[in-house]
Amino acid sequence: MTEKSFPSPYDQAPAAGAESWKELYAYNLVFQENRREVEEGKFWFCDSQHWPTVTKPFETIGFEFAVSCLGQYNTRHLLIPPANGIEFRIHNGYVFMSPVGVPEAEIAPRVPEFMARAGHYFQNWETLLEQWQGKIRGTIDELGALSFEALPDRVDIDDVTSGKGTGPNNDLLARYDELIALTYRAWQYHFEFLNLGYVAYLDFFSFCKEAFPGIPDQAVAKMVQGVDMELFRPDDELKKLAKLAVELELTGMFGDTENPEATLAGLAAASAGAAWIAAWNDAKDPWFNFTVGNGFYAHDKYWIDHLELPLGYIRDYIGRLQAGQTIDRPVAELIAERDRITEEYSELLSPEQLAAFEGKLGLARQVYPYVENHNFYIEHWTMGVFWRKARELSAMLQQQGFWAEADGMFFLRRDEVREALFDYVTGWAVGAPAIGPDYWPEEVERRRAIVDALQQQRPQPALNTPPAVITEPFTLMLWGITSDQIKNWLGDSDAPEGEFRGMAASSGVAEGPARVISSSDQLSEVQEGDILVAPVTAPSWGPIFGKIRATVTDIGGMMSHAAIVCREYGMPAVTGTGTASAQITTGQWLRVDGNNGTVTVVEGHTGAGHAHDLTLAGDAAIQLEDALDPAGLEALDGTVFEGSHA
Amino acid sequence: MTTTPYIQFFDGPDFDGTGEHRHELLGGKCASLVALTQAGMPVPPGFAITTASYDAFITAAGIQDDIHSLLEGLDADDVAAVDRVSAQLRFEIESRPVPADVRADFVAAYHALQDRFTEPVPVAVRSSATAEDLPDASFAGQQDTYLWLTGIEDVTEHIRRCWASLFTSRAITYRLKNNIPNEGLSMAVAVQKMVNARAAGVAITMDPTTGDRSKIVIESSYGLGELVVSGLVTPDNVTVDKIMLMVVKRAIGSKHAELVPDPEAAGLTELEVSAERRDVLSISETEITAIATIAKKAEKHFRCPQDIEWALDRDLPDGANLLLLQSRPETVHSSTAKASTPATAASNGNFGIASITQALLVQAGKA
Repeated sequence: MTEKSFPSPYDQAPAAGAESWKELYAYNLVFQENRREVEEGKFWFCDSQHWPTVTKPFETIGFEFAVSCLGQYNTRHLLIPPANGIEFRIHNGYVFMSPVGVPEAEIAPRVPEFMARAGHYFQNWETLLEQWQGKIRGTIDELGALSFEALPDRVDIDDVTSGKGTGPNNDLLARYDELIALTYRAWQYHFEFLNLGYVAYLDFFSFCKEAFPGIPDQAVAKMVQGVDMELFRPDDELKKLAKLAVELELTGMFGDTENPEATLAGLAAASAGAAWIAAWNDAKDPWFNFTVGNGFYAHDKYWIDHLELPLGYIRDYIGRLQAGQTIDRPVAELIAERDRITEEYSELLSPEQLAAFEGKLGLARQVYPYVENHNFYIEHWTMGVFWRKARELSAMLQQQGFWAEADGMFFLRRDEVREALFDYVTGWAVGAPAIGPDYWPEEVERRRAIVDALQQQRPQPALNTPPAVITEPFTLMLWGITSDQIKNWLGDSDAPEGEFRGMAASSGVAEGPARVISSSDQLSEVQEGDILVAPVTAPSWGPIFGKIRATVTDIGGMMSHAAIVCREYGMPAVTGTGTASAQITTGQWLRVDGNNGTVTVVEGHTGAGHAHDLTLAGDAAIQLEDALDPAGLEALDGTVFEGSHA
Repeated sequence: MTTTPYIQFFDGPDFDGTGEHRHELLGGKCASLVALTQAGMPVPPGFAITTASYDAFITAAGIQDDIHSLLEGLDADDVAAVDRVSAQLRFEIESRPVPADVRADFVAAYHALQDRFTEPVPVAVRSSATAEDLPDASFAGQQDTYLWLTGIEDVTEHIRRCWASLFTSRAITYRLKNNIPNEGLSMAVAVQKMVNARAAGVAITMDPTTGDRSKIVIESSYGLGELVVSGLVTPDNVTVDKIMLMVVKRAIGSKHAELVPDPEAAGLTELEVSAERRDVLSISETEITAIATIAKKAEKHFRCPQDIEWALDRDLPDGANLLLLQSRPETVHSSTAKASTPATAASNGNFGIASITQALLVQAGKA
């Protein structure tokens, strides 16, 4: 049997028109020709979960900061015994990763260090987390205070008379450096607790796998996961505002949400409108610092910058309220289900096992909210402010003639932005035009064409030869890159034609028509009863989860955003199918089995029928459930069978 | 549904009003079917011919004394003598008429059962022994079962055969060796609507290979379940997580043959299963969930691991076609389960940083 491999990055031609793509990125981010042997010796997987589309040169800041800070915590802060960081490269515009193990001999010496460092965090979790809240909010405030205005014709007289001694050019450069440094700082904070959250989760996970061999990953997730997370606050705020609009009889004011100014002005003027506007303003900051993207792209739209988004969602919620539907997440049911699952597994354990189980579960539950909530603080809130400031700078330089379009700056690397800024301040200082306006417009357009060309080609799921088994905990947990997943990508899956296999990420079974969505701009196409099929989803797609029946993604594990959101919304999900979004077309009838991780294209279905919710295990089970409830039956007991063998 | 001293429907009231003597009157098999029916389980309808019927039959036939004298002083190791006595007693039972009052109650019950359906349905007749009379667990599957019977005379004949099965050579030897007296020996019989099984099998509410009680293991094959129960086919084997009701492992069995009704012979026939059908699971995902749900409910109801027999009736609509044929305590593995419960890291009781470190090392294959 020949060992199957993914292609080498050195053997892959870029898309036509993108031949010189490597020039767009820093030297350390691309596979260098003279390092072929080293790079081919590693297994790289594409992180299309976080970077599903081509990353523009300035946008590399996202994975550079995120993934290096993840590594920093494993490698230098916590000394996690078996795991260092994750190397990253960009190839044909897409992001690839390769986990770095710890040499055998270094593992044991790291153990006491890890225990002291991680142990301290676990023991002081609540106080340290409170401190974290202060640190991250302070950082966001500092970012928010930055501004990038064009330089004035002359230095303010007050700065002259006060003897300040420096000009606004100096401040402009410093503010750019600060923008970058504050963002780097926020990403350090991002991983201060996250890796520990995963480690505690993994500990409980391992215990369950040993006590109940083959226990579904989803069972572990459901026992740990909270149901009332800050990550869900933005969506919950929209629901509250929708209910308030109904209560205050303002439902007629949402006719033209595409024009937020007019809609809000109309609401403000309406009787009882002031109360609604006050509630809206309360919710806006901070909860509308929420993106329909994932925080890693300059073009990600944030609610707070595009008020038509939250207003449109509120309008939808109002419509559903008026149709008599429930818009709230089934929080009580989710809690009851979580308690049922926990109790039923607990009952099977010996007293000693139970003590360990409860202790580990308690720790996992204590640390777990961070695993979800950090996403709001960093990806949504911090990155929302970061991109707003970056767009402000790009627009200012556009006005100075550096590029034709408002987004021109994102085709520069962040070091090149500093060069361009220095060019700008120099021109200002010298009193002669900057060079940039004669250099960058053409270069930006050339790069834009290359990015567009790269965008035409989908990335390989992975590169080079995979290891026999994947053991690195973070690769498994965060990305769902399992040995089975790799087999799937290599086409070794034994799934029949028209069936896709992935991770059973959220339970239930549903049927309905497919709606393939490749970017958040298409979200408005989603119809009631659709099955969402996407390369990857973002938690902020929350408002559409009330409409859909199930979710299918190409990539992502049990802890991917799609998995978490679907479990929160009590809806089936199959994640990490590899290629479902490329092979399924909108309108095809799908059956999604979130218990078994399969997605089947149901041939011959006209699509005219209604979507079916098959979540429950057939009528027989329901009947049985009903029939068994009467309390009087408890009086019967099993001893009647004793000795019977007939 | 009238309960008489001779007849009790599975869904009818207990003759004594309390069910206290149910086991003694109905035998283990029928008592179990009554209990399951009362618990709301989808048990195929039918009735028990009580031990009182047997007693009345023996009295009317006047063979009580023959039984005693023939069995008196019999040597359990004298195989030829045991066989001779067995043959004679069975002939006597099978050739005597059923007393009129017993027969009248049976005929009424049989018609009452048939009246529940639009056309005549075939029935199964099974012996239902009271605990001490017949061999226990080691004799699993030895009870008499007659499938696909139609018509009163045919059914009556097989009821007598069930009664006669108290005196098989094996049963006689067993009682002799275990000093079980012949006084009070009796036998009930189950008459039950035959399930027209599309697929059938068993389910155990634990993993018998590991003793893991968080699993339900289902074995399934095409046609009636008899081939699975008697080990004549290799069934599909599906492991379900009991709490999540999710399939965690599936193995497709070769299931080369199936037992199905043969309309021409008015009985059952064994057919070869096509290669295509052998290669796929004999039950759907929805059916797996339904079977696991029923097994879990049985376990919850009887408060100990259960070993159930189930069937999917092809005459009933989807969603209402899963039937429970049997549920009994799982004894073999439950008694050893405690010893085989995983104990290593799981029992060290340490959930602090040390165990987290250990888990990380295990995960990475370094410990």
